[in-house]
Amino acid sequence: MIPELGHYALVLALIMALAQATLPMVGAARGIRPWMQLAKPAALAQFAFVAFAFLALMQAFASSDFSVAIVTQHSHSQQPLIYKLSGTWGNHEGSLLLWVLILTIFGALVALFGENLPPRLKARTLAIQAMISVGFLLFMLLTSNPFARLNPAPFEGDELNPLLQDPGLAMHPPTLYLGYVGFSIVFSFAVAALIDGKVDAAWARWVRPWCLLSWTCLTGGIVLGSWWAYNELGWGGWWFWDPVENASFMPWLIGTALLHSALVVEKRDALKSWTILLSILTFGFSLLGTFLVRSGIITSVHAFADDPTRGVFILALLTIAIGAPLTLFALRAPTMRGGGLFAPLSREGALVMNNLLLATMTATVLLGTLYPLLLELTTGGTVSVGMPFYAATFVPLALPLILLMAVGPFMGWKRGDVRGALQRLIAAAVAAFGAAVIAIWIKTDGPILAPLGLFVGVWVLVGTVIEFMERIHLFEGNVARIWMRACHMPRAAYGMSLAHFGLAIAIIGMTGAAAWKTENIKVLQPGQSLALQGYDFKLDSVGGVRGENYLADQAHFVVSKGGDFVADLYPERRQYLVQPMPTTEAAIRSTPLADLYAVIGEPDGKGGWIVRVYHEPLVSWIWFGALIMVAGGLTSLSDRRYRVGAPVRAGAAQAAKA
Amino acid sequence: MRRLVFLLPILIVAVLVAAFWRGLDPNRDPSALPSALVGKPAPAIDLPGLAAGAPRLDLAAFKGKLVAVNFFASWCLPCRAEHAFLKQLNAEFGVPVIGIAWKDKPDASRAFLAELGDPYAATGADESGRTGIDFGITGVPETFLVDGNGIVRYRLAGPVTPEGLRNVLAPAIAEAKR
Repeated sequence: MIPELGHYALVLALIMALAQATLPMVGAARGIRPWMQLAKPAALAQFAFVAFAFLALMQAFASSDFSVAIVTQHSHSQQPLIYKLSGTWGNHEGSLLLWVLILTIFGALVALFGENLPPRLKARTLAIQAMISVGFLLFMLLTSNPFARLNPAPFEGDELNPLLQDPGLAMHPPTLYLGYVGFSIVFSFAVAALIDGKVDAAWARWVRPWCLLSWTCLTGGIVLGSWWAYNELGWGGWWFWDPVENASFMPWLIGTALLHSALVVEKRDALKSWTILLSILTFGFSLLGTFLVRSGIITSVHAFADDPTRGVFILALLTIAIGAPLTLFALRAPTMRGGGLFAPLSREGALVMNNLLLATMTATVLLGTLYPLLLELTTGGTVSVGMPFYAATFVPLALPLILLMAVGPFMGWKRGDVRGALQRLIAAAVAAFGAAVIAIWIKTDGPILAPLGLFVGVWVLVGTVIEFMERIHLFEGNVARIWMRACHMPRAAYGMSLAHFGLAIAIIGMTGAAAWKTENIKVLQPGQSLALQGYDFKLDSVGGVRGENYLADQAHFVVSKGGDFVADLYPERRQYLVQPMPTTEAAIRSTPLADLYAVIGEPDGKGGWIVRVYHEPLVSWIWFGALIMVAGGLTSLSDRRYRVGAPVRAGAAQAAKA
Repeated sequence: MRRLVFLLPILIVAVLVAAFWRGLDPNRDPSALPSALVGKPAPAIDLPGLAAGAPRLDLAAFKGKLVAVNFFASWCLPCRAEHAFLKQLNAEFGVPVIGIAWKDKPDASRAFLAELGDPYAATGADESGRTGIDFGITGVPETFLVDGNGIVRYRLAGPVTPEGLRNVLAPAIAEAKR
């Protein structure tokens, strides 16, 4: 019964979305206020229906209702409860429902907190958001009904893919989708502004908190995914340039560009059409990712079951959702007048550089992701594009961007003083050179990436700290005065410093992990040991363990250095009871300087075990840095000026009058 | 002129959509590409053995038997994914699999096999990628079925999957055994 109600709720949500997509739009065009006001209750009702459907599906998973097809395919009665629940989005249909749920959450949030938006803009934004809902609800109801029943119902399910039975899965998709889909509301704002024909500082200010929120969630989601891969896959890596990883990384890159260009619109009334374009493209890349993952057009480790009819449907959605706004853009954007003029060497100039580099980086990743497909379609040949391509194209673009990151905040608006900025960064340059020298000293014949990466990382790290100290005039006046200045500094400024600081930490971590990772593989009998980077890994014993729904061989390693005990490590090789697929559970000992990572492989049949150990320098800096970036995003979001739903009233009043 | 610049985004999207549309053609199977080699004698394979102390790998030694020649590399992600199913290819269909480590350091390939298990009847190291060129592969993994007369009967570009085994390779093997 409950699944049928869930299904029915989806149909009602579709009807709500249809009403919300049409009436307010017409109302805004003709100035019919009640029609415009309809958008708010419609958005809330649509959210309520989709939320009901989502809870209904979750209930089916929690109670192991195997009469629901996707529960049978992706759950098992012996599975721990948390994986039953997270199994709700561990499949195509359920994750699509999560996708739509988040779409309606953002619609409902704007409906609730957008009281100060000009009514016309609000009505149009919500109508556009509802149009996206209509597309995806139709997609779900016509091709991927999550509530499809099985008759007769089997007694037992097929179990969730063992790789997905990890706390990472419980957190990674919801966070990632919040970011990915959150950009839909920025997109809706941009299209509404295009219809309106007006983009100004007030518009940028309304959009910014949504952009920040999505960016922050996307950052968190990507890093959670990377952390999950590092912990679960047992390959000792954290990024593989897999098409699906790229699918989430492209919206992040272009969204980062958007975050910076919206700043110029807000402060200086320039770069308007470019910012609109970025808003459309960011969500466009989210849709592209959805298409790539779910259509089976590209082979990847992440892809859902492929089904060409679904692919055609999403392609049609993608074409309409991106094609229509871009057509409108081609018609309207040329008439948009930029306001503020600026010299090339200025804060605006630096942000333009930032945008150009980020856009080119996105294009590079897009090319790498689609090249195999395009080549196959044109010449019939196939290739796989991997790490070397990105090392040769992406990294050279990233380096100048990171160098610029330290200089930009020192530049004034309109006209900046480059010499002055560079003079104030002398300390950063000295520290960066020091770091590069240390990198070469650590490993003379290491890759050139190591000193370069450390140079730019430390450069931004110190540069950001100097900028922060100058901002609060750390060396002027007494402690009370400095404290006052620190308290009065806007939260958005703290947010920027934190985000840049976090990225610097993460860059140092990525450099260390990419350049100095070492590994050793050996067949060990219990009692034997292998050495890596001065550590001695002794295989003490291997024993059987039983988990809730798996059997495992658990190894016990005693790690020591120079005879002193360092750590006990217990990697596992699990065999799940239902799906005959062995998975590895790495054992990791994390320290700020390096991670020790141990994996146990197959037995050799003669009492020995294949054992693999990694020494991964600075990996924890990546997670820590990302955490600071997320904290920066949240801090900036809490800024009074941007607080969700509380844009500056004067701007809103003016716009309402106009 | 200025207007043209604003048309650029939509033009790029149009080209991509057209490409995707062709890519979604249900008759296109991303993993089954025709090969000029199908129906022709397989190129000779003469490679140093991969395992320490192993003899050279020579395809001629397998004459009279249907074999699968699988190109792999330790740096290739899909190769990890297909690895488990290569054993199945041997166990269920009785087709021995010859593994060729393509453009890979022998140490790394050996470590790859030590970690995941060795599904191959024999292995060779194609460090220069020369044999891969002879077979006309465009990436890894790729698998060729070579019959007892040394004729290439089928080419699978991309990883071996459970569905692929059942729906594509099984019929191809039955066909080749006839």
